[in-house]
Amino acid sequence: MLFLNHIYLIPLFPAFGAAMMFFFGRRLQKNTVNAVCVGVIVLAFVFACFTVVDYNHFAHGTGRPFYKIVYTWLGTGDGHLAFAKKDGTLAAFNVDAGFLLDPLNCIWLLFVTGVGMLIHIYSTGYMAHEGGYYRFFGYMNLFMFSMLTLILANNYMMLFVGWEGVGLCSYLLIGFYFHRHSATTAANKAFIVNRIGDAGFILGALTLVWYLGSFRFIDINAAARSGHFAIGDPVLTVAALLLFVGACGKSAQIPLYVWLPDAMEGPTPVSALIHAATMVTAGVYMVARSNAVFVLAPTAMKTVAIVGALTAVFAASIGLVQNDIKRVLAYSTVSQLGYMFLALGVGAFAAGVFHVFTHAFFKALLFLGSGSVIHALSGEQDMRNMGDLRRRIPTTYRTMLIATLAIAGVFPFAGFFSKDEILWQTWASEGGAYRILWFVGYGTALMTAFYMFRLMYLTFFSPSRMSHEVEHHVHESPKSMTVPLVILAICSIGAGWLSWPHSLGGSAHFEKFLEPVFAREAVVLAEEGKSAQLAAGEKEAEHTDKTEYLLMFLSLGAAAVGWGMARRSYMNAGKDYVEPIAAKAPPLYNVLYNKWFVDEGYDYVFTGRRKIGKIRLGAMGAGEASSWFDAKIIDGAVNDVGWVTRAVATLSTWWDKWIIDGVGVNGPAILARMLSYPARLFEWGLVQWYALVMVAGLLGFGVYYVWK
Amino acid sequence: MVPITTFHYLVVAAALFVLGVVGVLTRRNVVIVLMSIELILNAVNLNLVAFSRMWGNLHGQVFSIFVTVDAAAEAAVGLGILIAFFRNKETINVDEIDLLKW
Repeated sequence: MLFLNHIYLIPLFPAFGAAMMFFFGRRLQKNTVNAVCVGVIVLAFVFACFTVVDYNHFAHGTGRPFYKIVYTWLGTGDGHLAFAKKDGTLAAFNVDAGFLLDPLNCIWLLFVTGVGMLIHIYSTGYMAHEGGYYRFFGYMNLFMFSMLTLILANNYMMLFVGWEGVGLCSYLLIGFYFHRHSATTAANKAFIVNRIGDAGFILGALTLVWYLGSFRFIDINAAARSGHFAIGDPVLTVAALLLFVGACGKSAQIPLYVWLPDAMEGPTPVSALIHAATMVTAGVYMVARSNAVFVLAPTAMKTVAIVGALTAVFAASIGLVQNDIKRVLAYSTVSQLGYMFLALGVGAFAAGVFHVFTHAFFKALLFLGSGSVIHALSGEQDMRNMGDLRRRIPTTYRTMLIATLAIAGVFPFAGFFSKDEILWQTWASEGGAYRILWFVGYGTALMTAFYMFRLMYLTFFSPSRMSHEVEHHVHESPKSMTVPLVILAICSIGAGWLSWPHSLGGSAHFEKFLEPVFAREAVVLAEEGKSAQLAAGEKEAEHTDKTEYLLMFLSLGAAAVGWGMARRSYMNAGKDYVEPIAAKAPPLYNVLYNKWFVDEGYDYVFTGRRKIGKIRLGAMGAGEASSWFDAKIIDGAVNDVGWVTRAVATLSTWWDKWIIDGVGVNGPAILARMLSYPARLFEWGLVQWYALVMVAGLLGFGVYYVWK
Repeated sequence: MVPITTFHYLVVAAALFVLGVVGVLTRRNVVIVLMSIELILNAVNLNLVAFSRMWGNLHGQVFSIFVTVDAAAEAAVGLGILIAFFRNKETINVDEIDLLKW
């Protein structure tokens, strides 16, 4: 219990590394940077392993969550700070700095620290010749801190802290080469698009709090499972959809996926760690974590499934024709994330999580392998300028081949088990309501195999299309890079065996491990599925293992067909090879090559970069038009009214000044003054004159009386 | 020796009165004007006392004491006004004290 009780240390290790880099990094030697930054991640990984072991002792297979509240972060702790819930009752407002460990985030904890550690080691080789070495590792450590906070949080607010933290680190690392304009714009794009998702997330979380009365996952799950809320409760549906908007932003789903391909501007280890293995699965984690709510919102579940399936096929179709090796992988990532959401949407939470787990290994491996290729070719990323590398960088080739087999779903590599589980669940769930999505997923699998083997053939087989200078410098990467590749390759083979399906004589350990988290949801879904089945007039238990075998066989067939098509098209691709899609259907190729013109469409509708003449289009254009209307029409009217008032006031002032004051008031005064002029002549101000007049008067009176 | 009759008193008082009136009318210095007014008042006092003696009645003498008090009060107020005025205009010339004309 020692490790479990100090679970808060896991994120603090990388936080320490990040702080070191932030304060002292500039003055440190590269070796010191390596020792600190890689050291803290190794520590975190080891600590995480022991913590999970501790947890297993603690839970004894019951899957009960371990709960640790370090302190109350917001609120009073004693419930004095209260707010009114939707039903009018008061609930205590408390946000903990607290940690939760259950089987779900045990998985994340292990692969985030594990894959993170390997990528950190790899980075010491890959970034060796780059400037800003300490800055890179500081950001990476900060990312690990945020990601671990995200997955270990026990409430939505703390999850949100990690959620924003990984977004920030993603932004910082995409823009790592900040002197490149494309990198900074890509970083901005990622941040801004994520912002949209974040708005949805926070609204969703607050809706849940308002409705259920707590930020804590445990309380929310307990409330959602209490039976007080009907399936399809409108508020819960809205909350789930809002949360899914957040997941769309972070996990690059339609319509917010556009930032992820551009995020490839960052260094390749960043693409591997953040934009393939860990951060982009945060949305999946969050939805899986909120499963109790989602299960009560079938509309939201359907949305998740449909969006996931569409994203999967959409991104895969773009990936078919991209030439930048990292962009192919980026679209592949989007597509695979689509699979994960498809799984969540059809209620196969465990299958989705399992795919996250296996995908973390083989996609990290693919990215690191592509990084190794780029490293070998002195920075060349365009597959049109590659070829024939398999003998020159054999370790990279072999490990990447394993990853390709894994992602294409070839037995017995990891991707086969997870992808097959998803497709099978899609086929079987809710009495086959989602079968149409199975076809979408199946088509995606075919495309996945094709574009991945296209990548392999263009890079490692086909005649060399490299320039002589580049060819001269080709070299296998250093040990610090190849060793992580090999370890990830082993995981890419073996990770799938953790969930060897029952139908193939296995025991599905992985899903058993996760079962406690999703058990109650499985029951609810089964009830829903049953009712759907009965409504559709179908018999129960229609799906036998035979169907599952058939589907597995079909999946393998898809992989084989994709492989074969890629081999035929690209095996002998010379300097002026022709894309088969471009040869057969040029318009389609054009559309795919330009990514379905989604970015252009967004430019027209949202970003306001498009203009007709001087008039801006889209939402910003509407804003400008509205601004113009406000300034010219509304304010114009206001100003006109003001002008009239002023004119009337001027007239009134003139009237008051000249007529009222001038004639009415001053007129009599002037008259009085004029009339009084003669009287005033007697008043000349000399006192003695007045005295003289008095004396003269007296004398006059005296003389008069004497004389008379 | 001609006995001093009321007539004599009246002549002296009239002379004093004329002196006072001429002083009031001709002098420009307000202090002297005030002094001249004292002369006029005292000429009146002399008349009052003379008639009082003539009629053997003390009323006139009592009244002359009232006049003296009045003169003292008038001199005090007059000098007070004069000082206040001097602070403002730096003059006590009667010709220049003509603010009340319009």
